[in-house]
Amino acid sequence: MSKTLFDKVWDTHVVRKIEGGPDVLFIDRHLIHEVTSPVAFLGLKTRGIRVLYPERTFATADHNTPTINQHLPVEDPLSVKQLKALETNSKEYGISHWGLGHQKNGIVHVVGPEYGITQPGATIVCGDSHTSTHGAFGAIAFGIGTSEVEMVLSSQCIMQPKPKQMRINVNGKLGKGITPKDVALYIISQLTTSGATGYFVEYAGDVFKNMSMEGRMTVCNLSIEMGARGGMMAPDETTINYVKGREFSPKGEAWDKALAYYKTLKTDADAVFDKELTFDGSAIEPMITYGTNPGMGMGISQAIPDAAHTEGGAASYEKSLNYMGFAEGEPMIGKKVDFVFVGSCTNGRIEDFRAFTSLVKGKHKADNVTVWLVPGSHIVEAQIKEEGLLDILTEAGFTLRQPGCSACLAMNDDKIPSGKYAVSTSNRNFEGRQGPGSRTMLASPLVAAAAAITGVVTDPRTLIEELV
Amino acid sequence: MAYDKFNILTSTAVPLPIENVDTDQIIPARFLKATERVGFGDNLFRDWRYNPDNTPKKDFVLNSPVYGGKILVGGKNFGSGSSREHAAWAVYDYGFRCVVSSFFADIFRNNCLNVGVLPVQVSPEFAEKIFTAVIADPKTEIEVNLPDQTITLLATGEKETFEISPYKKDNMLNGFDDLDYLQSIKKEIQEFAVNLPL
Ligand code: SF4
Repeated sequence: MSKTLFDKVWDTHVVRKIEGGPDVLFIDRHLIHEVTSPVAFLGLKTRGIRVLYPERTFATADHNTPTINQHLPVEDPLSVKQLKALETNSKEYGISHWGLGHQKNGIVHVVGPEYGITQPGATIVCGDSHTSTHGAFGAIAFGIGTSEVEMVLSSQCIMQPKPKQMRINVNGKLGKGITPKDVALYIISQLTTSGATGYFVEYAGDVFKNMSMEGRMTVCNLSIEMGARGGMMAPDETTINYVKGREFSPKGEAWDKALAYYKTLKTDADAVFDKELTFDGSAIEPMITYGTNPGMGMGISQAIPDAAHTEGGAASYEKSLNYMGFAEGEPMIGKKVDFVFVGSCTNGRIEDFRAFTSLVKGKHKADNVTVWLVPGSHIVEAQIKEEGLLDILTEAGFTLRQPGCSACLAMNDDKIPSGKYAVSTSNRNFEGRQGPGSRTMLASPLVAAAAAITGVVTDPRTLIEELV
Repeated sequence: MAYDKFNILTSTAVPLPIENVDTDQIIPARFLKATERVGFGDNLFRDWRYNPDNTPKKDFVLNSPVYGGKILVGGKNFGSGSSREHAAWAVYDYGFRCVVSSFFADIFRNNCLNVGVLPVQVSPEFAEKIFTAVIADPKTEIEVNLPDQTITLLATGEKETFEISPYKKDNMLNGFDDLDYLQSIKKEIQEFAVNLPL
């Protein structure tokens, strides 16, 4: 029988099928962080259970770590408690721990791929919904709850029914200044935040084939924002070149064996999906969100749609626009911006900083905006310096912070103040996501750059002279 | 984490007819700093429920003197957003045992089932009926019958059946979780792991 990429990876990992119930799925790699793991370890302790395969779990601290002065003690006592818990639990159970100050520390979905923990054809879970990022490598990767973290620690398995499958094809050529983030926000705006609920998505088509691994990660990362369990792309030369030789990638004979497996990882020509959608890449504009969920996105040159053209109820729509202080029919271009945030597991990789820098080069930061540039990891941070980007950024009036999740969920001090507007390259514009009362407009690093130098929402295409 | 068994629940309900209620509203990120599972019920819908100075917002339904009960009825696409199980804990710890919606986000639904909150998905029409009935009369009683998989508006007898996998149903009826099951097949898992490609 013909199989999809998803079928192949899933079926390879099913330990047991339960009649009228979920599959028992073996998990190859498990990533943990300080926020969603402490209660899971507490559960293990209470039940007196050991970790079954400590070598398959990796711990990094990222969600509530500060992004300046990381060499100093963390101030928030509650954060300290969680960071300490991650450290002692990892130690006690023999798990690799990359805490604050460790050279490998960074956002879990950025460091996983960088060190080769993420592998094509693997099953990967983490107590964070953006685990879908790792699907860029042809892995089945998704977020889990704390009870499931406990299950994976104790048995390396979770129990899940096999989801339905959807393929999203984007063909054609992307226009100038259109980034992977725009492609993803465009798809979500078409599907809404619940359009892919119950499905696992495979992305296919020229647009993704031509994308770098960083771009593919951005797209897969945002799969969850249309409700999908996860998203994935078939591994190809680009993937294999990325994975080869990384610290935790298979070596020698194991590599040959892995390579043979990777090569089987594609959807058979006659495989059927429960749902299939196709979009034209050349129709995509730079995107920006105007509301309080990621589905409320629009082409930057458009006007804010009126309630009649939206799928949600009029009352919810109105509540959302009121929160943002926007009205139906208004243009987004020219809206005031107070903060710009570039970072997160969505857009905190080297390409994102290259894109941002390419636009601000030779210009200057607008006086009315506060800009937080937060690399996803120490590797990204080092690259920014080595490639000379930092010099260009400094000259343009920007500073660089230290790696972490930062204003993506504002668990540390990087909070957007109440009522203020932020253009953010992160993934969620929910009410208060970036701090109580904060108003978020999600966009690409290029749109963020355009806002950072003009102080208002600006179409980056009007500023582009030479783009990377 | 152990939870109370679920069988037949008869209760009044709290209506929250808002679509796309996300996990950042259910429990804002700044309350995720606990290392133990305590106090989450107090912060359920924190920013909708309290002003910045911690005084209750009078117009939010959880502060209403008329609505109450163990059933929360939400709008479409309830629980979208993050994987934080804290959202389901907050719902449970506040005292809800059942959430009704015409559509649930996947991870939230799964988390609910793992912590003892029964997610009941009904048709959009039935959800409307419940909202109308409860808002017209906050004393409206609803019966959620897990063995029969039905939800009934007791005053009129209008009912609908809902889906749940036989496995999860069995767990809820007995207060079991997946962890118990996985522990029981550990040997099989270890044998399976030997032949994996990665
Ligand atoms: S950057 Fe944001 S979405 Fe990504 S892991 Fe951190 S908190 Fe989660």
